[in-house]
Amino acid sequence: MSGATKAHSVSETGRLGKSVAGALVIAYALVTMIPLVWIFMTGFKSPPDSISYPPKVFFEPSLEGYVNLFTTRTRQTSEYIESLGPPQTWYDEIVRKRNMVIAGPSKFADRYINSIVIGFGSTFLAVFLGTLAAYGFSRFKVPLKDDLLFFILSTRMMPPIAVAIPIYLMYRTLGLSDTALGMILLYTAVNLSLAVWLLKGFIDEIPREYEEAAVVDGYSRLQAFFRVVLPQARTGIAATAIFCLIFSWNEYAFVLLLTSGQAQTAPPYIPLIIGEGGLDWPAVAAGTTLFLLPIVVFTVVLRNQLLRGITFGAVRK
Amino acid sequence: MAQFLDQKPATMLARRGGLSDRAVAWVFISPTIVLLLAINIFPLIWTVYLSFTNYRANRPGREIKWIGTRNYERLLESEDIWGYLQATAHFVCWTMFLQVLFGLGLALLINRNFKGAGFWTTVILVPMMLSPAVVGVFWTYLYQPQTGIFSYILNLFADLGPVDMIGSVDLAPWSIIIVDTWMWTPYVMLLCLAGLRSIPDYLYEAAEIDRANALQKFWYITLPRVLPFLMLAVLFRGIENFKMFDMVVELTSGGPGSTTELASINLKREAFEKWKTGYSSAFAVILFVTVFGLGNIYVKALNKVKS
Repeated sequence: MSGATKAHSVSETGRLGKSVAGALVIAYALVTMIPLVWIFMTGFKSPPDSISYPPKVFFEPSLEGYVNLFTTRTRQTSEYIESLGPPQTWYDEIVRKRNMVIAGPSKFADRYINSIVIGFGSTFLAVFLGTLAAYGFSRFKVPLKDDLLFFILSTRMMPPIAVAIPIYLMYRTLGLSDTALGMILLYTAVNLSLAVWLLKGFIDEIPREYEEAAVVDGYSRLQAFFRVVLPQARTGIAATAIFCLIFSWNEYAFVLLLTSGQAQTAPPYIPLIIGEGGLDWPAVAAGTTLFLLPIVVFTVVLRNQLLRGITFGAVRK
Repeated sequence: MAQFLDQKPATMLARRGGLSDRAVAWVFISPTIVLLLAINIFPLIWTVYLSFTNYRANRPGREIKWIGTRNYERLLESEDIWGYLQATAHFVCWTMFLQVLFGLGLALLINRNFKGAGFWTTVILVPMMLSPAVVGVFWTYLYQPQTGIFSYILNLFADLGPVDMIGSVDLAPWSIIIVDTWMWTPYVMLLCLAGLRSIPDYLYEAAEIDRANALQKFWYITLPRVLPFLMLAVLFRGIENFKMFDMVVELTSGGPGSTTELASINLKREAFEKWKTGYSSAFAVILFVTVFGLGNIYVKALNKVKS
């Protein structure tokens, strides 16, 4: 009854408040989107359009930025270019308009593949080890359990630069510097604290009776874990994996300090794409778009898991 | 549990053959502990050790000489360090203030559950999922004084001429504050939203009966319930921004002059450009102790608010 009277008394101001609130939030969201939309558009501009004054909102779309992102080019005389005959492919055509020929692939694809290998590799390891540890902490009597859990959490407070020098020295000695394996192990360690805490929360919610029933039915502890607990913890594991992947995909400080080429991921490469007289902005924007796209898609598709993970993780901590 | 009935019946032998609970716990937990010890704790202890030496990592052959607390003395006497810490404090304070203001505001608005609230929340969420370094890169493009969209939009509203956010000594600190606020307001908003959703309706209904006005309801019901979540958000973002590195390196790399040279950016310069390993290790230890100390004081305050 109180609900009904409440709804009646606030409905007038409530509806007005609602639409004002909606308008303000949408306005904020649109302003937030401007930088992303602008960088996406810049990826399809020609280099002169990208540095025109005032900035061009309407322009003729071009794939030059994407071609420049994936290739290295050399400048040639127009006589030489004419002697080559007609361009073989659409990207040859784009490049030749600027009196250039394609000399070979750029390193962007390699860097992007590194991002994928290191990102997914460390995510898999962190989730795998994190699930085991979380189950251990959730179900067994572990000596000094609270201290260990706090220790695991505290590793996350460490500024990367504070440990970068010893890791650099350690990796140099072990031959792990500038290798994908070294970066995978490093990101796994950084992600583990979050993984253990998030997953412990999810596993705590699964009733113990399920495993006990399985053990009564003749399963060993390990079998019960793999056949009963893991399937139950699916959503939690997925949410944790997304967070680990986002972290390793976006990490930069360690990549910058510990890799010099072989195992470098995409972020340090993007600001180094030089064109004629300065940064090649369309190529930079194209690289940025390709790099951000997976995460944007993740965010939109998996928003419920993300929301749950963020708030859940925060509240648990 | 019918699904298990068609499985092979257990023999006592099989059960004994499995690992004991203690062994399972040990096998499950130890890899995590070992990895964290090897890649977090061991390097940290090494950093503390190096901070008492004159070691330079670009000269691996040279013997490491123990020089006591000289690195720390030099650090505390250096006036530049206070400048970097000041720049860091300026950055942390303003970003926290703006993100709390916008984050709490947005959460209160979204909590009214207008039509499409879920969709627009997702849109607002996107920046915080992106790579800070890559965000720094593309904001340098948006900030170009002549050709950038930022200056262009400002000029639509006021006749300012080209606005050089990154190149000007006065504006550069604000250029990083704006980008950080753009990126992380959604995080504060989300935690506030979690706080708002935790308030039971009956509290407001009771206040209604007592004829409380909107301001009173906010002050006596909403704020106390949201405050712990808000303080948690400030704690996490505060720690992150205190060690801020990636976004600012790509955006201003500490310039112009040293107006945006935050502590960790200077740390990187000392450690990986000048190769003063011992000295920079001491700086790293001081920063780490500061974060931990401030963090602990803050957590105590947070617990007080909770209770």
